[in-house]
Amino acid sequence: MAILSTEEAKKILEKALSFSKAEGCSLSLNGNDRGNIRYARNSVSTSGEDSNLSLGVNSSFGKRSGSATINEFDDASLEKVVRRAEELANLSPESPEFMESLGPQTYGAESKTYSEATAKITPEYRAQVAADSINPAIARDVTAAGYLQDSKGFSAIINNKGLFAYNKNTSADFTVTMRSNDGTGSGWAARDLNDVSQLNAAETSRIAIDKAVMSRNAKAIEPGKYTVILEASASADLIRLMLNLNARTADEGRSFLSKKGGGTKLGEKIVDERVNIYTDPWYDAAPSSPWQGDGQARKKMDLIKNGVVSTLIYDRYWASQKNVEAIPSPGNAIMVGGTASVEDMIKDTAKGVLVTRFWYIRAVDPQTLLFTGLTRDGTFYIENGKIKHPVKNFRFNESPIIMLNNLETLGKSERAVTSEGGGPGGGLNLMIPSMKIRDFTFSSLSDAV
Amino acid sequence: MKRRDFMQLAGLGATGLALPYAGFANPVDLDRLLDPMMDAKDKKQLCDIALNTTKSLGASYTDVRIGRYLNQFVSTREKKVQGITNTESFGVGIRVIANGTWGFAATNNVTAEGMKKTAERAVAIAKANSKFQKAPVILAATPSFGEVSWKTPIKKNGFEVPVKDKVDLLLAANSKALEKGVSFVNSQIFLVNEQKYFASSDGSYIDQDVYRIFPNIGVTMIDRASGQFKNRSGFGTPSGMGYEYLDGRAEDKINAPGGIILYNKSYDIIEDAGMAADQVKQMISAKSVEPGKYDLVLEPSHLWLTIHESVGHPTELDRVLGYEANYAGTSFLTLDKWQSKNFKFGSDVVNVVADKTQPGSLGAVGYDDEGVKCKSWDLIKDGVLVNYQAIRDQVSIIGQKESHGCCYAQGWADVQFQRMPNVSLQPGKTQLTPQQMIAGVEKGIYIVKEGSFSIDQQRYNFQFGGVLFFEIKNGKIEGLLKDVAYQANTQEFWNSCSQVCDERDYRLGGAFNDGKGQPGQSNAVSHGSATARFNGVNVINTARTI
Repeated sequence: MAILSTEEAKKILEKALSFSKAEGCSLSLNGNDRGNIRYARNSVSTSGEDSNLSLGVNSSFGKRSGSATINEFDDASLEKVVRRAEELANLSPESPEFMESLGPQTYGAESKTYSEATAKITPEYRAQVAADSINPAIARDVTAAGYLQDSKGFSAIINNKGLFAYNKNTSADFTVTMRSNDGTGSGWAARDLNDVSQLNAAETSRIAIDKAVMSRNAKAIEPGKYTVILEASASADLIRLMLNLNARTADEGRSFLSKKGGGTKLGEKIVDERVNIYTDPWYDAAPSSPWQGDGQARKKMDLIKNGVVSTLIYDRYWASQKNVEAIPSPGNAIMVGGTASVEDMIKDTAKGVLVTRFWYIRAVDPQTLLFTGLTRDGTFYIENGKIKHPVKNFRFNESPIIMLNNLETLGKSERAVTSEGGGPGGGLNLMIPSMKIRDFTFSSLSDAV
Repeated sequence: MKRRDFMQLAGLGATGLALPYAGFANPVDLDRLLDPMMDAKDKKQLCDIALNTTKSLGASYTDVRIGRYLNQFVSTREKKVQGITNTESFGVGIRVIANGTWGFAATNNVTAEGMKKTAERAVAIAKANSKFQKAPVILAATPSFGEVSWKTPIKKNGFEVPVKDKVDLLLAANSKALEKGVSFVNSQIFLVNEQKYFASSDGSYIDQDVYRIFPNIGVTMIDRASGQFKNRSGFGTPSGMGYEYLDGRAEDKINAPGGIILYNKSYDIIEDAGMAADQVKQMISAKSVEPGKYDLVLEPSHLWLTIHESVGHPTELDRVLGYEANYAGTSFLTLDKWQSKNFKFGSDVVNVVADKTQPGSLGAVGYDDEGVKCKSWDLIKDGVLVNYQAIRDQVSIIGQKESHGCCYAQGWADVQFQRMPNVSLQPGKTQLTPQQMIAGVEKGIYIVKEGSFSIDQQRYNFQFGGVLFFEIKNGKIEGLLKDVAYQANTQEFWNSCSQVCDERDYRLGGAFNDGKGQPGQSNAVSHGSATARFNGVNVINTARTI
């Protein structure tokens, strides 16, 4: 069992801290139990579990600091790891960017990141999820490939300035791809949740099956500039890329938020005024830890307000250099949506392309935030308010900044799953709306299904 | 999050690169990196406990991997040390077949008790999943090798080199660039050591000690007046070598077209920092490319990534069969194309070999992570698709009896699966230098070093950038171009390959962090080639205004 309660974690951390002789000492205790099941070709391929619990100590003397870690928790081991961190601190070079530990923080309301239902997932539950996906696939002559991973864990930190923080977290992430057995159609659907009791694997699988069946025998249409309707995942794939609001790179002149001639775009309008993005650790459908790794308290704050950059993220060092308040990195991002459904937006479109999601998105030019990537797993041509036929996938070259200046309609916001994870915004829980965009740049065709 | 960290350190922008840290890596002190901790005899005893446990519970096959994964990361920017991180990850992963189904469990409690419990868990998971198994796993036979060992043939163990020497080297490289007036510079040395002990119910006990190194530099120039910034990454490459890779020997330097210096089996990071500073300024003032068709002359430090994405990935059998359908994707190289024995993947000069044996490569090991002895084999022969990359539970599907030996797990907590070996374009058989190749090009672009990259889930359509783009006009190199990316269809592209330089120009490029699988895992892989020419490729202009 790698999950400790607040009291259990605090007891170990206080004991370890009591051994410290350094000027500064910060300790972190982290535990995690993870499980997964993966299936493909309508059969389970791999499945596993892992578990880990470890204590990290960071000791400092002046601007010298050292770290050590251990996974044994008797008194002798705790003292040993503290001594080792102190020895290392004494041997280390001074770090010009060293910051002293934070004092006590206030963390607002109780965290919403933990669900008992997710914590209780068993190998049998995972196998059932696979069955709920594979059986309907076989019934409809498609092939299922999918993945469920679940995790329960906790993090606790303490330091000699009186700071203590604890949070426990669960997650259940489910993705499924259905491919028609003739190889000409493919569909995808996904859910990321903290509380697995909200997961309906059969329903999510049905969406993917429908898309696979609908997308068979796609026709090629010419690449070019199109009106697109992006489902929430497709929107999130691109919007997450503009959520790296790092102040330092902007100040240094090497960010899309740097201004020609000097300075940053903080306070400037960069996208359509209907774009509002904020962070809120206590947002029910996509919560985050109320504190970040160094103990800084997160709070609800605007990131983009009415199209204007309202926050840049200053780490504690950069904030001290610029004489501003340090701002913690967001743990989630919520983009305010509209009232239209995807169906409403389709009805309202004379000519356009519906995109399920994007794939293999990579930076082309960080200065303009230009990215390239492709559509995948369900791309359809819309004519006169109706889906006319599936189309071959496109490669795009587009910047989310340009895209959000070409905003036509905002759909409803929902918990969105991005394609590859990673990248700026990739570690965040996201609430993102579907949306209609004009003049989206598709630069070439792909034969990929 | 790991991905983002690496991207920033490597200065490569927002890409899908990941730190090859094994799961649960913990920071540790230097002395611990050089402490062997547990000897092979003790590991064997522990593995036998797991093997006996799973056998008694009815498993038909078991492998046990006790792994210790060490990393050292030294990072600097301008005149400052940014971070010195040593990490260790130690644990065991146990994989079994029970009721014809795979099960896997892992723990960092590497004791007799931990072995037994984890072995029981692996069998329980296999049995739970077997209820939904449609066909039993068929494993290709592999010989029992008994007790054997293998070590990367390094000359200098990077972990034994004092950190101060590394910091001094990186700060000297930074100074070299700063002297020339660049805006920012960052540099890193990344060391990896995988100590892997493998035991299986086949009777093999394989002890391996694997080393890799990746030094890099990123030089940035900012032109505030125009709002432009450009970054020039280092011309070194991640290597399966020791610290000797940083010797920068004269015989490993190549005077390449365009008056630039490139590196082969060792790297001079200080010299490269100076060149990077000169070039990054030229990159700002370079001419924006005119879109259209060009003959591309692709240098090995660039071409490795195009090979990786467009040849390496589509020839992975797990992708072809659909095991990666929900994540990385499938492949256009379907079994019928291979069965036809005449599928023209590329032109006649295109010969591609897979291997896990090339000295100095990232893929080189003695045995793979399921106890198979490593080898090399043809993938593309005279332009025709002739084979795939496959492991023990796959080769029966393509009518072969022997695994190709390319199974890998990034750490003890990760289940091993088919990963890309080194996949390399063979040099041309006629004598040809890059200078001679360029002399024959009327309208072209000579591209150096990998840049932006993107390819679809079946590996048909790709787009690649680069770092240096030299315009070629009437057989001569003109100035630098910018805003260049090329797009192509894989099969058309490789069929447009008209020339490959000879073996004198053959070099390796590669990455520490090829991502695949769910949960995602990183694999280190090299790709060799000589400079090659591709005719009539579509080039786009990537400049935008926001």
